[in-house]
Amino acid sequence: MNVRRLFAIAFKETLQIWRDPRSLAIALLMPAMQMGLLGYGVSLDIKRVPLCVYDEENSQTSRELVRRFVASHWFAAAHVLADERAIRDAMDRGSCIGTVTIPVNFSRVLGATGTASVQTVFDATDANTTNISIGYAQGVIARTTGDFAARWAAARGARAQPAGQIDLEPRVWFNEGLDSRNFIIPGVVAVILGLIGAQLTSLTISREWERGTMEQLVSTPVTALELMIGKLMPYFAIGLIDAAFCLCAAAFWFQVPFRGSIGTLILTTALFTLVVLGIGYLLSVRIRSQLGASQMAVTLTMMPITLLSGYTFPIDQMPAPIQAMTLLVHARYFVTILRAVFLKGSTIVDLAVPILALVLYAAAIIWIAARSFRKRLD
Amino acid sequence: MFERLQVMLMKEFLELRRDRWAMFRLIVPLLVQVIAFGYAATFTVNHVATAVLDLDHSQASRSLLSHFAANGRFDIVDVAATERQVTRDLDTGRATVAIVIHAGFSQYLNNGRTAPLQVSVDGTNSNTALIALGYVSLIVAQFQLEQAAGVWPARTAAASPGSSVVLEERPWFNAGLEDRWFFIPGVIGTLTLIQVVSLTAFAVVREREVGTLEQIMVSPIRPIEFILGKATPFFLIGLAEVALITVLGVLWFHIPFVGSPLLMLLGASFFLLAAIGLGLLLSTLARTQQQAFALNFFLVNPFFILSGFAFPIAAMPKVLQWFTLINPLRYFLVVIRAVFLKGAGLDVLWPDLAAMALLGTGMFALSVLRFRKSLD
Repeated sequence: MNVRRLFAIAFKETLQIWRDPRSLAIALLMPAMQMGLLGYGVSLDIKRVPLCVYDEENSQTSRELVRRFVASHWFAAAHVLADERAIRDAMDRGSCIGTVTIPVNFSRVLGATGTASVQTVFDATDANTTNISIGYAQGVIARTTGDFAARWAAARGARAQPAGQIDLEPRVWFNEGLDSRNFIIPGVVAVILGLIGAQLTSLTISREWERGTMEQLVSTPVTALELMIGKLMPYFAIGLIDAAFCLCAAAFWFQVPFRGSIGTLILTTALFTLVVLGIGYLLSVRIRSQLGASQMAVTLTMMPITLLSGYTFPIDQMPAPIQAMTLLVHARYFVTILRAVFLKGSTIVDLAVPILALVLYAAAIIWIAARSFRKRLD
Repeated sequence: MFERLQVMLMKEFLELRRDRWAMFRLIVPLLVQVIAFGYAATFTVNHVATAVLDLDHSQASRSLLSHFAANGRFDIVDVAATERQVTRDLDTGRATVAIVIHAGFSQYLNNGRTAPLQVSVDGTNSNTALIALGYVSLIVAQFQLEQAAGVWPARTAAASPGSSVVLEERPWFNAGLEDRWFFIPGVIGTLTLIQVVSLTAFAVVREREVGTLEQIMVSPIRPIEFILGKATPFFLIGLAEVALITVLGVLWFHIPFVGSPLLMLLGASFFLLAAIGLGLLLSTLARTQQQAFALNFFLVNPFFILSGFAFPIAAMPKVLQWFTLINPLRYFLVVIRAVFLKGAGLDVLWPDLAAMALLGTGMFALSVLRFRKSLD
């Protein structure tokens, strides 16, 4: 390998990037915009679920129950419905996600038998939101029931008789506020880097083919390895700038708690950037049309990264064959690493397995890419 | 005009057919993605890795733990002997939930006092943690009821709480709370948007980059004919994709399709109009395919994330909620899901359809205007 030729290629590529300010601006502005949009847009915090109420009874007790639903900040009263048909209509229009129906003899049954039921209907199109809303509703009902029982006992002058209650003490670790942002933002950084990285390099060789400059390149003494390293160097710098920006935004703007070491973070980020750029380069070598290379880059990065990296959908809940597929997704390892470094403060030793996986990944990609490029025109 | 349009169309289809890999690149990734989405996109919480520590060694504590084991939501991966072991399980990620029953648990219960039960959850994934905590409290409540009925029947009767309200919940449209029913219809819109926008943008920019755009411009073809000629094949490809994924969803994943296919077609047409308009608009902003590609990434990802595809729009900050109003995917997802699962009709969906039609026409008109300008 000749260092002078290497730097000549790197210089040529840098010039090419520099003289296409539109692409450079996109490469540098994209992380800012994506961090803003994804950081705020990707949230699973389900609060103030719009609730419709059909209070058939309209008694003091039923009104209190409704008040308690709204007073918990989990639900927001959207509409008061006039009849049962309106429930179906509200559900169809999506004007509320849940409805509560309090039957006409609710408080009478409650007084006479001690047990009465309240019916809730949820628009379960979004199963996750429904699942969590049902949990909230059960919480509201449980608390109300407790208060009603205490009041009932007090009214009879009896001491509320606790029949051996269990006091559940939930302790949440690593993400104490159960804030979905702390869980998602480190993943978002991995996603953005993965997308930008592939986008940066996936056209770099196919562009030379389409423009016809490949003939000139082939006639120079440059070797395949020099070409690859030289072409990747400037993009590596851009990738690291983007990464630094995203990580700073995560820690300082979104205030995701950072408990690990900066050194681990820098090392793993550089490694992941290398993998991502390598994948883009490999595609670019293999597919000669820019359209084809870009299509494959989108397909091979956008879907696996958003879906199979575990950044939103937990990998351990997927069926075994899909879990096996996730082992091939580079972002999976980086999402694990980032989350552990940010929230758990894990060290390099704790993360040996995912780091090793990324090292292997980088080595494999670069080896294949270096071998794929032949200095031939056919 | 029609003659020229016909020529233009023939050229486009020929170009498409000559690229042998084009069809492969269109269809195979699409199928793989639909299958992957169907199986991988799930927020369901099952088989939560659980560590237990029983320091009480009583009948009550064993019974409570067996409730957890029998429930199916929790997999007991470690029966720990010390608190330190539990801590390590959570630290290393071996367990997501840890249940610690302290000594004296059953004594407290038998004396009618309040017995503490410590449950630690790895909150890294807040959604999983929240749902798992919900299941824990349900299991504990059930255990309490059984204990109350079995161990102290007399006392329960005496202290019968005067008021207990029972919640009957009924999830409509998706009674089994299947995530798949939510995501597969969503995939239709998302994948179609991603492919159609990039295809359209590249098709125009490539002509400009390779230099063939000038040849077309010296021919008698007018800009509007050029744009229609470019757009029509992608419109048809888009419709075929929508149909393909719909069939796959219904036959392979057994997603119920209760609504009207015609309404779906109408929605898809308006949506594709908007998607192609967006692609054309992108093509007027980019000089090279590299730029078109970057812009495509730049825009499509936010459209995808901010559509309500996976993340509820209601959970976003107000500013982003406003942004979703200009996102055609947002409306199309409402239409697809309503047609698939709810069987909603035109009377309910007309605002979404109108919004898409408006956005589509707007983007199309804007791109034609900008295209004319870029030729001068």
